[in-house]
Amino acid sequence: MDQMIAWTEVGSVADIPRQGSRVVKTAFGDVALFRTATDEVFALEDRCPHKGGPLSQGIVHGRRVTCPLHNWVIELATGEAVAPDEGCAGHVPVRIEGGVISLALAARTPGRGGCHG
Amino acid sequence: MTAQKERLIVVGNGMAGIRTVEELLARAPDRYDITVFGAEPHPNYNRIMLSPVLAGEKSFEQIILNDRAWYEANGITLLTGEPVEAIDRAARTVTSLSGRTLGYDRLLLATGSMPFIIPVPGATLPGVIGFRDLADVETMLEAAAKGGRAVVIGGGLLGLEAANGLALKGMDVTVVHLMPTLMERQLDPSAGTLLQRELEARGITVLTGADTAEIIGGGIGGSERVTAVRLKDGRELPADLVVMAVGIRPNIALGKAAGLDCGRGIKVDDAMRTSDPAIHAVGECVEHRGVTWGLVAPLFEMAKVLAERLAGGTEAAYAGSVTSTKLKVTGVDVFSAGDFSGGEGTEDIVFRDAARGVYKRLVLKDNRLLGAVLYGDTRDGPWYFSLLKDGADVSAERDTLIFGQGFGGGEAASPAAAVAALPDSAEICGCNGVCKGTITAAIRDKGLTSLDEVRAHTKASASCGSCTGMVETLLAATLGDGYAAAPAVKPMCKCTTHGHDAVRAAIVAHGLKTMSDVFQALEWSTPDGCASCRPALNYYLLCAWPGEYRDDYQSRFINERAHANIQKDGTYSVVPRMWGGLTSASELRAIADVVEKFAIPTVKVTGGQRIDLFGVKKEDLPAVWADLNAAGMVSGHAYAKGLRTVKTCVGSEWCRFGTQDSTGLGVKLEKMTWGTWTPHKVKLAVSGCPRNCAEATIKDLGVVCVDSGYELHVGGNGGMHVRACDLLAKVATEEEVLEYTGAFLQLYREEARYLERTAPWVERVGLDHIRRRLVGDAGGRRALHARFLFSQSFSQEDPWAERAARGVDRHEFAPLAELVG
Repeated sequence: MDQMIAWTEVGSVADIPRQGSRVVKTAFGDVALFRTATDEVFALEDRCPHKGGPLSQGIVHGRRVTCPLHNWVIELATGEAVAPDEGCAGHVPVRIEGGVISLALAARTPGRGGCHG
Repeated sequence: MTAQKERLIVVGNGMAGIRTVEELLARAPDRYDITVFGAEPHPNYNRIMLSPVLAGEKSFEQIILNDRAWYEANGITLLTGEPVEAIDRAARTVTSLSGRTLGYDRLLLATGSMPFIIPVPGATLPGVIGFRDLADVETMLEAAAKGGRAVVIGGGLLGLEAANGLALKGMDVTVVHLMPTLMERQLDPSAGTLLQRELEARGITVLTGADTAEIIGGGIGGSERVTAVRLKDGRELPADLVVMAVGIRPNIALGKAAGLDCGRGIKVDDAMRTSDPAIHAVGECVEHRGVTWGLVAPLFEMAKVLAERLAGGTEAAYAGSVTSTKLKVTGVDVFSAGDFSGGEGTEDIVFRDAARGVYKRLVLKDNRLLGAVLYGDTRDGPWYFSLLKDGADVSAERDTLIFGQGFGGGEAASPAAAVAALPDSAEICGCNGVCKGTITAAIRDKGLTSLDEVRAHTKASASCGSCTGMVETLLAATLGDGYAAAPAVKPMCKCTTHGHDAVRAAIVAHGLKTMSDVFQALEWSTPDGCASCRPALNYYLLCAWPGEYRDDYQSRFINERAHANIQKDGTYSVVPRMWGGLTSASELRAIADVVEKFAIPTVKVTGGQRIDLFGVKKEDLPAVWADLNAAGMVSGHAYAKGLRTVKTCVGSEWCRFGTQDSTGLGVKLEKMTWGTWTPHKVKLAVSGCPRNCAEATIKDLGVVCVDSGYELHVGGNGGMHVRACDLLAKVATEEEVLEYTGAFLQLYREEARYLERTAPWVERVGLDHIRRRLVGDAGGRRALHARFLFSQSFSQEDPWAERAARGVDRHEFAPLAELVG
């Protein structure tokens, strides 16, 4: 199955600060890469499902990020907003090999807007 | 008249004796006429809570288990301060020190234990004490009040609790421990070493492998008192107080004198009977099957058995205890249970996370848990303990056993789910041996709705209190929505049960220097907090330890990370500082050039008399700053929880009404206060006359110049709820304005909760409080001002320059990769 997916190298884990994020600019918009305190890496479309806030600019805690504009909390693993908010920031599969991060951009699941969107 | 009641005399008013009486009253309330002799002058108190009393975390009143009214209500005669001197077994009487003789039908000896004083020269000098009763705690508190040095001999549970308490009270403490690692009876060497490191980080000196040779006294005119402890290797440790905490000895003098069979303790059988069938014994004074006990759980198990027997039962029998221990040193989580010495046929599972300071070791034999040592994360202690006591076969979960009960595919289970998953037989309260089923049944059957009721009915969480959280979770789970825990204070966020004030106090009191210290010490429920508590903690730590705490970049809101304000479309706005609202042609030219060069769409004058440049792309920020820096401008901190602006009018220099140089004073105030970190944004203003053109009376601190000096107004804002200032004071000179301002800001920095502006803070604490601190106490005001300036010495660095010229945090402003096209 893995051969079907095209992986694109985008940088190394060390380039992203712990509990922080970096942006990858792509043809379909910015992708936010997050690194948790335990060195997991997740990728979401850099748009909060609420009002499009740049999730990459939020505070990362546990496996979640809080949007910098209106404090929606988004699950990094799925892009889903934490209840009671509803909506999803699109999610991009991530692979890490030898500290190098690759994204499966073609396999991304586009986000859905939130209850206001 | 009913038949004469049997006479029960209890010698010992401590935890074991009175627990027996409590259990007896629950079973046969009218059977005995009870008299209790206590050697101490107090009613029954919770001896295991003496450490928190010493540490100042609890008062003596809070650790009283049964007050005198309880004895009265239950018809018990309580004789305190009256040690029993002799037992006449033939006549069945006891005689007290004061000469009182009373007859008994049944006698219960619960005389407890004495601290073991090692027989070195000088061991009886004044200033050498044990750690056993309230009198010892009082002696320690008195000594600590004078400061000075304390040497604690013994690095076991009690010794370390004493050392921690004395250190918190400001003494210079050294622990002298004979063995190579601390708490070697409860902890393996790895955990003991972690513990030593933690205590050393708290400023306690720990000497292991250190054998005491002699305690040295000195003094003039017969006032000989302890002055030092000499070790066998010749080292001499100066000491104003020596606490011996090397162990306890069962207190058997009375039993022995009465001719009862004694070994190390008063010998008892499984029915807690001594060699005289009319005399029973429980607690630390007994020896049962060759073993003596010094922890509370076994005492309570004995009390239960004996109460059953005294009530007429013939079945109850005590068969020894399996025990677990926790160290009652706030912020140090240590748990151990069972046998972890290893040996033939045993296997170890070890988990180590040095960065988090977590160490866990499980010892297994034949797929059953034999022992557990947990350091740093003791949440799963009760679960391991219940597996251990039940002798459960753990082969099925062996792979994940070390990760604890909540482990299920990586997601940390909530505490509620973890408690809900426990079987009814799981022990919740280790001190009192109360299991989950007993608690939930009592809640259901007796209609209990509060923690106090559960304590009263089941004893769960009534001793050391470390299971309080679990009991509350059980209440919530059993009652559902019917349970409303009564939080006296609103927790900071969902990660903790503590309020802002308690967290701030703990940071200072326990010397917590990092965010992970706070998470560990205050038992945060999340591994790394949330977007709400992290910025608050970052601020609290920064405020408490200026120059020492390292700012946590990832706990800053984006505005403070990017040093610009994020706007609704994800672009930023930039405000250069204009001191006191003054600017110049070259500054304006630089601003105009930047606006053109970076195609900045909107330029606006703010309410604080500064120029705001809107619509700057994030990646342009460093270049924009570089150009503004080149013209001599620095960040206006318009994004900061800090000093924003000092608004001014033109004052006496130009205005025909102006009484003082309000612009010049505004510049001085801004030069003093810029760069500070505060709980929320802070705005100042200076008006040159009472016409108040700078609107100084709706600012966090506003100065209104008058002919005779300066009026200082505080606690105003033009926010959602407009609040006009209160007049704080009137002063004569600019120097006083600066001193009062620094002191006011420092008081606000030290006392307000994060995101609380001065207006709600002033309303919450009251203007009187602020007046007392700033106006009524000149020395205090100067100290606050000095602390403000000290803190400022670390924070007045232009963040723009650091990033524009020196490339600090470069990653913040550049994409990781560009895959466009």
